[in-house]
Amino acid sequence: MDLFEYQARDLFAKHGVPVLAGEVIDTPEAARAVAERLGGRAVVKAQVKVGGRGKAGGVKLAADPADAVAKADAILGMDIKGHTVHKVMLAQTADIKEEYYVSFLLDRTNRTFLAMASVQGGVEIEVVAEENPDALAKVPVDALEGVTPEKAAEIVAAAKFPAEIADQVADVLQKLWTVFVKEDALLVEVNPLVKTGDGQIIALDGKVSLDENAAFRQPEHEALEDKAAANPLEAAAKAKGLNYVKLDGQVGIIGNGAGLVMSTLDVVAYAGEAHGGVKPANFLDIGGGASAEVMANGLEIILGDPDVKSVFVNVFGGITACDEVANGIVQALALLASKGEDVNKPLVVRLDGNNAELGRKILSDAAHPLVQRVDTMDGAADKAAELAAK
Amino acid sequence: MAIFLTKDSKVIVQGMTGATGMKHTTLMLADGTNIVGGVNPRKAGTSVTFEQGEVPVFGSVKEAMEATGADVTVIFVPEKFTKSAVVEAIEAEIPLAVVITEGVAVHDSAVFWALAQAKGNKTRIIGPNCPGLITPGQSNAGIIPGDITKPGRIGLVSKSGTLTYQMMYELRDIGFSSAVGIGGDPIIGTTHIDALAAFEADPDTDLIVMIGEIGGDAEERAAAFIEKNVTKPVVGYVAGFTAPEGRTMGHAGAIVSGSSGTAQAKKEALEAAGVKVGKTPSETARLARSILAG
Repeated sequence: MDLFEYQARDLFAKHGVPVLAGEVIDTPEAARAVAERLGGRAVVKAQVKVGGRGKAGGVKLAADPADAVAKADAILGMDIKGHTVHKVMLAQTADIKEEYYVSFLLDRTNRTFLAMASVQGGVEIEVVAEENPDALAKVPVDALEGVTPEKAAEIVAAAKFPAEIADQVADVLQKLWTVFVKEDALLVEVNPLVKTGDGQIIALDGKVSLDENAAFRQPEHEALEDKAAANPLEAAAKAKGLNYVKLDGQVGIIGNGAGLVMSTLDVVAYAGEAHGGVKPANFLDIGGGASAEVMANGLEIILGDPDVKSVFVNVFGGITACDEVANGIVQALALLASKGEDVNKPLVVRLDGNNAELGRKILSDAAHPLVQRVDTMDGAADKAAELAAK
Repeated sequence: MAIFLTKDSKVIVQGMTGATGMKHTTLMLADGTNIVGGVNPRKAGTSVTFEQGEVPVFGSVKEAMEATGADVTVIFVPEKFTKSAVVEAIEAEIPLAVVITEGVAVHDSAVFWALAQAKGNKTRIIGPNCPGLITPGQSNAGIIPGDITKPGRIGLVSKSGTLTYQMMYELRDIGFSSAVGIGGDPIIGTTHIDALAAFEADPDTDLIVMIGEIGGDAEERAAAFIEKNVTKPVVGYVAGFTAPEGRTMGHAGAIVSGSSGTAQAKKEALEAAGVKVGKTPSETARLARSILAG
């Protein structure tokens, strides 16, 4: 889960990383009082989860509270690379002398954590990495040892921070590491980390991405979710505990197991090439169990998607054998009908694996008018694509 | 022969007395797995009766190993307790720890992986968030359905559980030496490369099927490894060509970030290394079949 800048700033402040005073607002009028509290002058910053907002006009300096209202009014509602600005942060202004970069992240390739730091901050770090790779220091961090004072000094030295601020930067790095570990983050990035005219080191802008698998010990993280921005179908699926991602095609997909569902999307997209370019409408993994209730929940979400023209149910019976899955599908359709749901889209069902014959017989015997059985994955994908193209 | 797991493996189950642990211990026993104990500190000294007989419960992995000579542990404990369960297994220096649990926090996986390395890799970790591994006809350590296929000469390594089952099913008449589900999390213990190396060295494996998916660069690195070190034919499949950028597709590690981790890049890397890559699971199975048919 990626956070907004103001949420990252709050987490930084919570763990002692030096930040500037600031407040987030969602109406232009609210800017006046905040600017007054900040001493009149303020930077008005669009809160969007995308880079390049400065260039897009999403960051403006306000000279006084009245100007802050005008600037907030100009930025709120703005579209930045497809993201609408619903909130702005007003922050204290800073007398910036130097701009640096520091981050901690997961290094998947080496199965460890990585510190990155550069004295060339304030620009996109990917650009620095490409054009001047020597200016970006990368230092592995052992998950068992963490960022000790020695490790922080090593990072500072590797990035060649000036000697007069080495201790301050090292201190920020240790606090930032605390954010990384205590908040179960996959990324904490400060860009720019600035040196002010009076020699302070401050995290001016930050990016944090949190590990949703750590929800069991991070109860406060749920409140950080941007529920307003979530697709309504995704929000409904999440409320039912389903693993669903909305896509932009017409064939609704239900399957068991993440890999099989990803594969199903691909196979449907290939099949769709022969049927006017229809595509998968979603990713939905109902997991290994595939019980009637979960199947019903999944179907309910997919049938509620107005883009869906046909549905492809692709299940491999493993521990949960195909006869149980077939009964689940039949019961799910009955359950939806009894709830008054309008089940009116054709379903193509492919069952394979344990007890496949028995499962197929159950579907055939039920003879639901909307259900078609196709026994291979490729064939079923083609049928579902064909039905969606009609 | 087989890789990592044979009929001689002595298996214990951490979390055996929980609902999931009981269900899958029953299934593993039915597949012939030599399960010598369970671990639950609160139920130490008791035993659980299965159709095949009594399985004693021990207070720790160390005690279980001392009493039974166990060399494999299968871990079913909930995600909250997974880190300490794996740490316990590593500290007991059990040779193989299979972590089935889904939803393990990355910081926990990073810690137990770092610990396994610090201890000199005495413990091979498979997973987390994986279906485990099976050597058909000999032993099953995890949740792979044991009745899909029979013993044979194909080696399978896969990030995905259900695609593992799908591929085993498509090639069930030929059979498998071993099938290893390594999981799709950002940090996993055993990688494609580890399994490829083991299958290359296994005299009972003639062909290797490798299943990957979007996210990270494990498939690209596996391709480089194959080019240099694998003489046996390898057939590949990669899932997630249609996955949008920046969205996690079920597995925590299955995410395309910017231009990295795409299925297309993985397919190209594998093909450049001489791996035949199928467009669909069925085509992949056909490719394997035609190579084995000569």
